Formats: sequence, C-alpha cells, structure tokens
Amino acid sequence: MTMEIADIAIALALLSGAFFTLVGSIGLLKLDTPMKRVHAPTKAGTLGVGSFLLASMIDGFAYRGGSLHELLIMAFLFVTAPISANFISKVNMHRGDIDPTPPPPGERTWATFNTGPADKAGDGPM
Amino acid sequence: MRTVFLRLLPHPILSLLLTVVWLLLVNSFSLGTLVLAVILGLVIPVLTAAYWPDRPRVPRLGRLAVYLVIVMWDILVANVTVAFIVLFRSNRAMRTHWVVIPLDLKTPEAIAILAGTITLTPGTVSADLSAEGRCLLVHTLDTADPDEESKGIKNRYERRLKEIFE
Repeated sequence: MTMEIADIAIALALLSGAFFTLVGSIGLLKLDTPMKRVHAPTKAGTLGVGSFLLASMIDGFAYRGGSLHELLIMAFLFVTAPISANFISKVNMHRGDIDPTPPPPGERTWATFNTGPADKAGDGPM
Repeated sequence: MRTVFLRLLPHPILSLLLTVVWLLLVNSFSLGTLVLAVILGLVIPVLTAAYWPDRPRVPRLGRLAVYLVIVMWDILVANVTVAFIVLFRSNRAMRTHWVVIPLDLKTPEAIAILAGTITLTPGTVSADLSAEGRCLLVHTLDTADPDEESKGIKNRYERRLKEIFE
C-alpha cells in the first residue's frame, strides 16, 4: 500500500515537472520580445526541474536507503538560474531591441553601461 | 585565545556549509564520511583564508529560514501564474514594464539575494543594478501598476532582508 502511494506521488511529480518544462518551452516560442522570453524559462524551468528532483527523492526514500543530494542540485539551480537570467537581460540591454530602459533616479547610468575608457576601445561593431 | 580561534577557524559558517555539502555529495551517512567532511570543513577555509579578505556579517538564521519558506511558496505561486500567462494571454495583452526599485539595502550579499529572489518570483526578472548600487532595474511580465509592484517587492522581500542582514 505505501509503495502504491509512493508510486502515485512519483508519477504526479514527474507529470507536473513535464508540464512546467513544456510551458517553459512554449513560452520561449510564443513570447515576442527578448525581455519577455527571459521570463518563461527562468521560472517554469526552475519548478520543472524541481519536480523531477522531488520525484527522484521520493523514489530514493521509497525503494533505496534514501537520497538527499537532490537538495544540493536544487540549491545550485536556485542560485544559478537568476544569474543566467541576469546575464541574458544585460545582453538584451546592450543589443537595444527592447523597450528603452528608464534612467536610474539620482545616478548617471546602469552598471552594465558604466564602462571605463579601456572597455570602450574594444567595443567595436560586432 | 580569540586570535588562535580565528586562525584555526577563520570562517565558522563556511566550515559548517562545506561539511553539509560534502555529506550531501557523498549521499550516504557513516561515521567515516562525517569525519572526512569535518576535516574538509576545517582545512579548506584555512587554506583559502587568503582569498576571503572580508567576513560578511552573520545573518539572523531564524529569520533567514522564515524568509526561505516565504520565497519557496512564492516560487510555487509564481510558476503557476507565469504558466497561466504564457498559455492563455496573447502577447499584446501583456502589460510589460520596466520597474526601478530604489534600494535601502547596503550589504552586497543582501542585494544579491534580493535580485535572485525577484528573478525567481511572480512575473519579475531583475536586469541590472545602477552604477553606484542605489537602485535595481526590474522587468515585469504583466503588471497593472508598476509603482504598486515596486512597493510590494520592497515591503515583502527587502524589509525582511534588511532585518536579516543589517
């Protein structure tokens, strides 16, 4: 009986993982501006992979001696996902095919445009 | 006494973290792995102490745990909301905005966590920090009122992070 409950829980976690991963991919195809496209994979992707890892953990505890290193994968994922989103956003800001960004109140510019003369020299057209 | 302690254990929280991470990596618990984990946790901070010139202030761990639970819940809600928007909203109906959030936080660690939280929670991605670190540029997927969004983030996350780190 407990095994059946575990199986059902694993199946549900796998299904929700598949669903959110699919939504992330649909978002990537459907959304029309670069900044909007950053949204879909960062969030849907995180919960999708999170559900897969949850399924793996339930399986570990139900059929093997228990398994916790999925927690570590999740922690690394949650730490790195915002950073890649941040980098992609900055690339979008430099490419310029997005809504114009508002200036920061009381300051000159955003950090990614705050380049010294040395950086400017090598910044030719791609 | 205190200097000896600092020499042997320059970063106590880093030591604890390394021990836990090693145990999770090995993925099975026995006395042998625990001993090895503790040895690694003690040796690595001493060997790398030269590369850690500053020591971030120890956060209030109880409040940090509460914060993590809130953020986890928000991530769940965020995923459902964003899935809904992606599947059922037309591109033209989405009200995307840039939102500028003035920061009260000064600690780099706290600002980094705030930016990460914003990216993982409802319909917002943090794009950049201003050149002098006084405000955060955030892109929202679908908001009616950008000012309200900014106030919401300040009240829900930044206030708590300020209590934890400053």
